[in-house]
Amino acid sequence: MHIRTVFNPRLQATLQVGGCGNCHVSCQSACKTSITVSNQTCEKEDKQDNILRPGK
Amino acid sequence: MATLKSLLPAIDWRRDLHLFSFNDLKLALDVNSGALHVLDEPAWEVLSLLAAKKGNVPHAFTELLPKWGGITLGQVWRELKARQEEGSLFTSPLDFSSYNPPAPLLQALCLHVAHDCNLRCRYCFADGGPFGGQRGLMPLEVGRAALDFLMRASGPRRTVEVDFFGGEPLLNFSVVASLLDYGQEKAREAGKKIRFTLTTNGVGLTSEIEEFLNTHGVSVILSLDGRPEVNDANRFFPDGEGSYSYVMPKLQSFVQNYPQLDYWIRGTYTRQNLDFARDVLHLVSLGFKNISLEPVIAGPEQPYSLRREDLPRIREEYQYLAGEFLRFYREGRPFKFFHFILDPEGGPCLIKRLSGCGAGTSYLAVTPDGQLFPCHQFVGQREFCLGDVYSGIKRPDLQEQFRLAHIGCKEGCRCCWARYYCSGGCHAAAFAAHRELLRPDEVACAIQQIRTEAALYIQAKIRLKI
Repeated sequence: MHIRTVFNPRLQATLQVGGCGNCHVSCQSACKTSITVSNQTCEKEDKQDNILRPGK
Repeated sequence: MATLKSLLPAIDWRRDLHLFSFNDLKLALDVNSGALHVLDEPAWEVLSLLAAKKGNVPHAFTELLPKWGGITLGQVWRELKARQEEGSLFTSPLDFSSYNPPAPLLQALCLHVAHDCNLRCRYCFADGGPFGGQRGLMPLEVGRAALDFLMRASGPRRTVEVDFFGGEPLLNFSVVASLLDYGQEKAREAGKKIRFTLTTNGVGLTSEIEEFLNTHGVSVILSLDGRPEVNDANRFFPDGEGSYSYVMPKLQSFVQNYPQLDYWIRGTYTRQNLDFARDVLHLVSLGFKNISLEPVIAGPEQPYSLRREDLPRIREEYQYLAGEFLRFYREGRPFKFFHFILDPEGGPCLIKRLSGCGAGTSYLAVTPDGQLFPCHQFVGQREFCLGDVYSGIKRPDLQEQFRLAHIGCKEGCRCCWARYYCSGGCHAAAFAAHRELLRPDEVACAIQQIRTEAALYIQAKIRLKI
């Protein structure tokens, strides 16, 4: 095998199901200067509405 | 679905596929899906040459045929095709240039309970505590008004956050203690969950304060830079004496006495300690398990600021740190390094990743007299005052600038492979570098890209056990 897949999270699909607004604000933890967002954890609860919806 | 051969010339190879070599691995990140692949030498050369030839398959394969032969190249081609069909390679980008982010909805406050400090750190963006203004402490009444504002302005959010910040917040601990109780009471009434963090240099820690913070479930960020000589070169008392020998025993006993404590040791590195991995390992050797070391934010006129010419050395250092991180992991002595954390399947959704830190919209800083700023780093810059905790946002025009500062609007981010990891970078760093929100600081971007490559590399090594 020449190509080994490590993971395939299908990031684009999360645009439709994300936006619950529960997860940490990224600069509120150990950072305060140089943000990384991708190290945050999704905290969406089951059947929770998405309160953060993009505008039209 | 388009055939792979017809699709490849249309790929934006810089924006949508990131090929990189890190330590002993060659990797390919499909930016739009987030899929990560480890490549062997033939696959690496095929993709690299396809990128160089803008997807021209006949040209690339003709050039590689003498070296790898038809059988190997055929195998690589079939594997590329399979990845394309399953949606983990060559996925199409979404166009976010006209993206309209959600309306502002407050989630977190950074409460500057003390614009004063008992240290005078050389690189402090708070100017040693007062942020360029007067030294002072936040009265309890202002703190309460801030928490009332947070409950009102967070609307339907279930979770809100408060960070006690400064200056040094322990200089005003009685107010912190009262606000912890008040915040929990107000959150309960509003049906919300409230989380507290406290960022401290540790000078004022006592056993009573440690017990109180632990009992109230406060997460703590403990500031210290690493090795004694590195720490003391920048973190000292007003009389110039280094702080390491005073602070380190306090931090060690705090962490040891409360094994369940949610904490980070958070340091800063500058161009004066580009061997900063040694500082991380020093902290590990003293028993700390959760470590964050951040690049200094400073203007180019400062001798300790990080510069473009430092980037190759910084890359070497992150590569070394990633190797050591894995060595400790394999030896059963794992530690966390904040910027190496990556949870591809359980990470933030794309809505979060498009707008980044939330400064000015979901995150605000509050000064001791109750003024609101987009974040802690804008405090003291009068033109960024958004309003106050009593009357709320008075500058919706300014808030709108922050709402619209997303990665689809930033020229440098639209075509950057790391855009879904840093989400456009730090607004304050961008403004400090270029006096505008939409143009990120290039050195900060380069460091972010290196750290992201390191995090992806670590994931590959651990998950594939290689």
